[in-house]
Amino acid sequence: MIPRYQKILFGTLLLASLVMGVVLWQLRERAHQRMIAGQDAAPTSAPEVAPTEQASLVVANDSDSSLLTQIHSLPLSSDPGARARAVLGKLLDLYAAPGSTHPVPGGGNSVAQVFLLPAPDAGASPQNAPQNGPQLAVVNLTGSFAASHPSGIEAETLTVLSICGTLSANLPRVTEVRFLVDGQQRATLAGHADLTRTYLTADAVPQP
Amino acid sequence: MVLAIVAAIGQLAVAQNSTVQPTRFVVVLDAAHGGSDTGGRLANGQFEKSFTLSLSGRLRSLLAARGIQVVTTRDSDTALEPERRAEIANHAQAQACLSLHASESGSGIHLFTSSLAPAQLTRFAAWKTAQSASMGHSLALAGTLNSALLHAGMKVTLGRTALPVIDSMTCPAVAVEVAPERGAGYKTTAGLDDKNYQARVATALAAALVEWRTEAAQP
Repeated sequence: MIPRYQKILFGTLLLASLVMGVVLWQLRERAHQRMIAGQDAAPTSAPEVAPTEQASLVVANDSDSSLLTQIHSLPLSSDPGARARAVLGKLLDLYAAPGSTHPVPGGGNSVAQVFLLPAPDAGASPQNAPQNGPQLAVVNLTGSFAASHPSGIEAETLTVLSICGTLSANLPRVTEVRFLVDGQQRATLAGHADLTRTYLTADAVPQP
Repeated sequence: MVLAIVAAIGQLAVAQNSTVQPTRFVVVLDAAHGGSDTGGRLANGQFEKSFTLSLSGRLRSLLAARGIQVVTTRDSDTALEPERRAEIANHAQAQACLSLHASESGSGIHLFTSSLAPAQLTRFAAWKTAQSASMGHSLALAGTLNSALLHAGMKVTLGRTALPVIDSMTCPAVAVEVAPERGAGYKTTAGLDDKNYQARVATALAAALVEWRTEAAQP
């Protein structure tokens, strides 16, 4: 004979189990609905193909330690950050190509990101920076690019100056450039050129 | 009595003459890299740190033979931070500081001065931009080195760079990067392992520093 209090306890536990099962089922359904809603919000249309434009690339030449401007046609986005990454990608593709005047392995994928920020000004806070004022470009290079870059003062300086010159030629508002490697500050590019300082694009003027 | 006075005046004159010190001329040679920092790898498998140490030793001997006092930042395969190198150079109060490097890129001798903007000498200088007060002298030293190297028949390129070690030096400072000698079609005519080439470079640099000492002695 089962005592009455045990019957009541068993019934209560059974009811609690059923209620918990229903709640779990509802939570699962809600999560499923949220997931479907998220998928609906994802872009489904193909990205717009950027029109081809002429870009000025400041190309280094090891044989005479010079920087020369070359004109290349390449698809350029209207977004300044994407535009900066595209021109630097093309520049590094040239350096990685066989017969390069400044051989550096890595290619276009060596530029992870380019961030464009208002240039630091002693008299203005970033919030009050003018809309069309000078910009600081922060170039984030990949660690593999820095690791494989030829070591030497001339080789590293030419790479840094050609990047600064190319940014300035295509984005005239960029007056200063800083470098990161894998998102971190790094002492030198490959043992020589200082990557902790801010470079002025005015110092990277190619020869006429 | 008169003789004693004359003798005393003579002794005083000798004492005054003995206090006139000859002009102190010190050169700092900084063999770049060292220890675990090997620097670039050169074509013959040699590391940049070994080449620079060898060139530093050779140049030190040539300068010592010409009566020039030399301070080196390292005499063995030891690692040194750029700050320590600049510290050694600044304590030496040298009239010329050469940071010695080597690279397989480019050709001939690359002379680099700091890319810092020239500034007036102040009582206290920021460590990372200490070189800015000496930029005028550094450019003049680079000019003297350029003339001597060209006179020795070498190809020279002059440039400005951001190199932490020379940016923190207060002496006239130039980074000297030795690259292979190349002829037409970028063909190597003398590699970095060529002893004759190394000797020519060291001799030309020594001649330049002797010339720099002469220029420094002029009022």
